[in-house]
Amino acid sequence: MNWPDSGVNAVARRATGDLLQRGLHLDGVLLGLVALLSGLGVIILYSAFGGRVEPIQDHLVRLGVGAGGMIIAAQIPPWQLRRVAPWLFGVGVLLLVAVLTVGESGGGARRWLDLGVAGFQPSELMKLALPIMVAWLIARASMPVSIGRAAATVLVIALPVGLIGSQPDLGTAVLIGAAGAGVLFLGGIGWRLIVALIGLVAAAVPLLWQFGMQDYQRERVLTFLDPTRDPLGAGYNIIQSQIAIGSGGIHGKGWLNGTQAHLEFIPERHTDFVFAVMAEEFGLVGVCALLILYLLITLRGLWIAHEAQDNFSRLLAGGLSLTFFVYCFVNVGMVSGLLPVVGLPLPLISYGGSAMVTLLVGFGILMSIHTHRRMWSS
Amino acid sequence: MDLGTLRDTPRERQVVRRRLLIAGLIGALLCLVLAGRIAYLQTVRYDHFAAQSQDNRVRIASVAPTRGIIRDRDGRVLADNQPAFRLTIVPERVDDLDALIDQLDDLVGVSASERAAFREARQRSRGFQAIPLKRQLSEAAVARVAVNRHRFPGVEVQPHLIRHYPYGPVGGHAIGYVGRISEAELSSRNRRAYRGSSVIGKTGLEKAYERRLRGEMGSERIETNALGRPIDVIERDPPTPGQDLTLTLDIGLQRIAEESLGDFRGAIVAMDPRNGAILALASQPGFDPNAISAGLDREAFKALSQDPDQPLYNRAISGRYPPGSLVKPFLGIAGVASGAIDVDEEIVSDGTYRLPNVSRVWRDWKREGHGEVDLHKAITESVDSYYYELARRMGIDRMHEWMTRFGFGLDSGLALPGERQGIMPSREWKARTLGESWYQGETINTGIGQGFTLSTPIQLATSTAMLANRGAPVVPHLLAGRPDSANAQPGVDPMRLDDETLWQTSIDAMVDVVHGDNGTARAIGDDLDYRIAGKTGTAQVVGIPQGEEYDEETLPARHRDHALFTAFAPATSPRLVVTVLVENGGSGSKTAAPMARRVIDAWMSREEKDSELARQWR
Repeated sequence: MNWPDSGVNAVARRATGDLLQRGLHLDGVLLGLVALLSGLGVIILYSAFGGRVEPIQDHLVRLGVGAGGMIIAAQIPPWQLRRVAPWLFGVGVLLLVAVLTVGESGGGARRWLDLGVAGFQPSELMKLALPIMVAWLIARASMPVSIGRAAATVLVIALPVGLIGSQPDLGTAVLIGAAGAGVLFLGGIGWRLIVALIGLVAAAVPLLWQFGMQDYQRERVLTFLDPTRDPLGAGYNIIQSQIAIGSGGIHGKGWLNGTQAHLEFIPERHTDFVFAVMAEEFGLVGVCALLILYLLITLRGLWIAHEAQDNFSRLLAGGLSLTFFVYCFVNVGMVSGLLPVVGLPLPLISYGGSAMVTLLVGFGILMSIHTHRRMWSS
Repeated sequence: MDLGTLRDTPRERQVVRRRLLIAGLIGALLCLVLAGRIAYLQTVRYDHFAAQSQDNRVRIASVAPTRGIIRDRDGRVLADNQPAFRLTIVPERVDDLDALIDQLDDLVGVSASERAAFREARQRSRGFQAIPLKRQLSEAAVARVAVNRHRFPGVEVQPHLIRHYPYGPVGGHAIGYVGRISEAELSSRNRRAYRGSSVIGKTGLEKAYERRLRGEMGSERIETNALGRPIDVIERDPPTPGQDLTLTLDIGLQRIAEESLGDFRGAIVAMDPRNGAILALASQPGFDPNAISAGLDREAFKALSQDPDQPLYNRAISGRYPPGSLVKPFLGIAGVASGAIDVDEEIVSDGTYRLPNVSRVWRDWKREGHGEVDLHKAITESVDSYYYELARRMGIDRMHEWMTRFGFGLDSGLALPGERQGIMPSREWKARTLGESWYQGETINTGIGQGFTLSTPIQLATSTAMLANRGAPVVPHLLAGRPDSANAQPGVDPMRLDDETLWQTSIDAMVDVVHGDNGTARAIGDDLDYRIAGKTGTAQVVGIPQGEEYDEETLPARHRDHALFTAFAPATSPRLVVTVLVENGGSGSKTAAPMARRVIDAWMSREEKDSELARQWR
């Protein structure tokens, strides 16, 4: 056995640990980065809303709720999460089934459960429950992952992805699938197996196209491949957001001065396409700063995984960090015309409550993993 | 602690750590790809996109539909849309805004509140957006601005439609008004449906039938220049205009009802008892919906909403008052039908009524009492003692059950926002709302429509219609044709009595209220070639202490009794129900009954003229 810290060491650590870490189980570095990003988000949203204050107040309230969720999540030690992993996952799957049968529909999709007080999207729960479940599943056996276990894991991932995909919510399905795949990757799945799985997914694409997609989703993919085939309809978003980004240039048009945004050329400019507003007003300089911020948060998360002391924590921390990264990558990719428009918000910046709360709770779990180290080893 | 937690071999740690490193590298690489893509858009293709952004562009603008027109039963227009001109300023194109507004003030007049509203709107919008300074310009003002236009770059006169109510304040409460959409109203609705539109029904029918009146938004693809100024319309998807509404309301009768109330605060409901069609729904004092829909400034609206006389408040459906003696015909039927009293049974009224072991004394309105009283006399002369005794015999719960069957304490079912439910108390109600047990004295008060009992004028009219129909309930409605299926049906079932002559007994007594020698409303019974059945009521606003007398002269005006009167005509085949409530009006017979007579006269003579016309045409 090779314990990195002795009990004495742990005592010394605790004595020098700061209040954030010791008292609140928060990670100062991650907290600082997340706060910086959220602040930036408020500034961008203010412009995207044309200077209206009420939605910003709304946004701040949701940020507050999310921060509360983060602090609470940080208090729950990772071994507790491990204990409830299968249950959490089971409840998540049941809720997804429930949403398909009795859920509230909106905009042609069933995503919501009406809880009386507020709507609730079970897919949000799954964004956390799936990485926890996969980490639990893989950490139960020795690593690298065996072929049999990998196959079981793929099935566990496919279940919620299928359920969410049939809501239909393609963006979240992709996100959750990527999160599960990320954990599987961290679990040391063999390269040959990776190639085989990619082949399998590639083979599934035509089938999915034929049977698994709604017309509007096919339309989105086709439009992604050639935005000009419907320049005033489905391609409008992509064309306009690229004009917004491109016309921003290196230095941008300046805060509150983006003409594309304020003349209402960019649809969904407070939600999924808020990145275009940002790129138009702050230019390449701002974009790079934002991307660096996103990368730093991801790397801090991966570092927390690196420093974790058991397989479950390691895999979970890594999985959550990769989920966050996929979020950013898919959103920026689709707004800039690299990826098809699947409908994912820009993490911590887009207007909209539940996704932001889930993200912050995810950061809370990362902080918990980091700050609960060694506590049981002494 | 199980093995899973403890297992942390260096080999396994290495597996994950290596993969973490790879993942981090891939992440950094993908970030570079994104940065590269955006750098490509923003540097290599910058000129292209900057030109596109600067060039003329296509913009999708929403086109607001025209709002549906509201007409009365004869097709007279009660609400339509009128073209108007507003004066707007694009701040970006103006060097000195304050100086410009001063100049415009000299030209067309700009009030302080218009300035304030402009400043507020200025803070919320960007420089290239046109902000309205004046919402309605007179024709002369439009001409003055047009002549001087060269002096004012950035100033524009824009045509738009504003809601217009040709009859002004007449029927204002029922029709309602439109106003600017607030952020709260938007978020609770389909935002898209209101894009490009700025008004929404705020009260009355304008609110109740908002969806129908609104119509569907259309859109235009407009070519604009770099400042967002439209150059040409490329394609148009026209809006669907809102549906028109035809009402059961008769604006002539409505006006007479409102005039009848004079300077009193009160309400008059006129209804066709055969189908529940509302003919007039008056509430005084009123307001001019034109002023509000044109955009009342903040102070003026505040003054209106904080006026102690509450002109914005629709007393006909929202005002709750003790129904007083208006309950008597209903309670009489209930008493006989439930076996608590016999139709011919006589009760002696000597001016006072006592309960055993209770020190309180209940009084008749006539000091010396009415002598021997049967049901007919009890209704005609409004004998309180009779009903004190009847209430004691029935008990509160039986009264509650029967009066609820007449609609007391229930919603009338009129689909108009703001209707409040009355109260028909019971033991269970008191325990639930006040957490107290019931006292017998309260039963006695309930017998004359006092105590906890509260009714709205619309409920009293609806219940009167049921009585006029001999037990057949109606749902009051304002929309012509079949009552709207979305109407909430009140929880009132047709009432069948074992002895159907009881209806006639009660109606005969109500006829004698108006036409009998001792009827409380005999003053309005002359010069009629048909009969009116009615009932007066006088509701206490404040309790008069034991041993003191009600003296109208010494009481402050707001503590005077409310006057009520409900009636239907002709008594034999009712075609009209009129219910009058006058706040602090004193007595029902002196104040409310004559108002009802005026409304009944107006409607019956109109009907006569109509049938004469019909005869001539045939």
